[in-house]
Amino acid sequence: MSQFVFLYREDKTPSPQELESRMAKCLVWFKDLEKNGHLAYYGHPLNRTDGGVVRDSKGSVTDGPYAETKDIVIGFSVIEAKDFDQSVKLAAACPLVASGCLIEVRPVLKL
Amino acid sequence: MEADGPFYRRERARLLAALTRVFGVENLSLAEDVVQETLAKAFETWAFGGVPEHHSALLMASAKNRALDVFRRERTARKFAPALQHVIESEWTLRPAVEELFLPKALQDDELRMMFSCCHPQLAEEAQVALILNMLCGFGVEEIARIYLASVAAVEKRISRGKKILGAAQRLFELTAKDFAPRLSAVHRALYLLFSEGYHGASDEAVIRAELCREALRLARLLVDHAPAATSATYAVAALMCLDAARLPGRTDEIGDLIALVEQDRSRWDAKLIAEGLAFLEQSATGSELSEYHLEAAIAGMHATASRFADTRWGEIVGLYDMLLTVRPSPVVALNRAMAVAQLEGPEKGLESIEAISGIERLEDYPFYAAALGELELRCRRIEVARAHFEKALDLARNEAERRFLARRVEDCAGGKPAISRATLP
Repeated sequence: MSQFVFLYREDKTPSPQELESRMAKCLVWFKDLEKNGHLAYYGHPLNRTDGGVVRDSKGSVTDGPYAETKDIVIGFSVIEAKDFDQSVKLAAACPLVASGCLIEVRPVLKL
Repeated sequence: MEADGPFYRRERARLLAALTRVFGVENLSLAEDVVQETLAKAFETWAFGGVPEHHSALLMASAKNRALDVFRRERTARKFAPALQHVIESEWTLRPAVEELFLPKALQDDELRMMFSCCHPQLAEEAQVALILNMLCGFGVEEIARIYLASVAAVEKRISRGKKILGAAQRLFELTAKDFAPRLSAVHRALYLLFSEGYHGASDEAVIRAELCREALRLARLLVDHAPAATSATYAVAALMCLDAARLPGRTDEIGDLIALVEQDRSRWDAKLIAEGLAFLEQSATGSELSEYHLEAAIAGMHATASRFADTRWGEIVGLYDMLLTVRPSPVVALNRAMAVAQLEGPEKGLESIEAISGIERLEDYPFYAAALGELELRCRRIEVARAHFEKALDLARNEAERRFLARRVEDCAGGKPAISRATLP
């Protein structure tokens, strides 16, 4: 098994109603991952409004890492999967994707 | 329509009522923003790992922290209550003041006071109901427009005008105010209208209509639980809602089609709600007041306690309708009375009663007026006349469920199937 970091990205802020229905679906998805031994670490949701990117050793901070997109990372988890293909399948089933988020899947570097 | 989850509607009302008190009614939109933000953050957090056990307390604590931030950020930009204005200027006094505003004792009547505030005498009844739906039941403008088959723009206008009038009050209605009694009867009326919209309303969405009934009942229970508001008429309102709502499960079949009272499977009625309704009805009998709600609750109780359609005590129901007509004369009430007369003395007498109703022409567009005529004519075996009435009713039907119900009655005329009663209102 290998580990993959899921970075959840989104470029809009859904309404509380949408977030509640999303929450219910996410809880089911996480439970499934857990049951099947795919969840290494729940991770955390991240604050959408605060935060920034440190640019240099003087501590200059800018809004986002990329000029061309307003996607921000809204959370992360660590997932166990046997290979990248399987991790992609797991990500595709995530309700966040169905509700307009992107998931960046990054394998944890191994020697 | 996807119904909102269990948290949004409930928690929004509670938080909004508290923050509106804390910020002052003139800062209503600020309170609304803070509530949306609080709930959004909570749902995002809980998506990872689950909803905590004491979620209500956590949400209120989170709202309190946000309120602190708001006071810090806005203390110069915005006007708050004069008593608060100087307290929030210093960090030393701000925190204890806000803590106090969120003590359980301070929080306990907020929703009630919000409800009374929404029933402002300068607002038309429909505007009061729209405000209650929006602020206490968490319905958005679009949902309210769908409930009333109105345009979003019209509802938006109604609500924003209502909020302006509320804002002018500067603070939530005081439950100890001297105009408490008239305000309470406006609250009764608004909750009654809210419930009726769910029970008999025009919207096609059964889920939403059941939700309206549930919300009206929740707010009525809130009144019952708070001493100054728990009057005899309040108990009657709560009784009426329980006894009607108890029969909701029997009112539609598996595919959502309406079922007439005579054909309903009474074992599907909610026995617990009936018991609760009867208990409220009993409590409503203390004192000498006999409101329209008492009478309607008594009629609902007659239906709810008849174990078979044939056991219904029509004589007493006619008597109750007679009294109701003196308190609230209306052609709809008179029509229901006529249908009870038809059960008691036969369809010809029922038709005579309908003819005698003054102002019956006001029901020209009401599908169940034509349907009532159809039922009685059918039972008099004048099948062609009956069919014409049912066809007219079908033309007037306001939604798919009514349409299917009335279309079936038109078909029944071909088979000559009689015997549906109580204005055919399921």
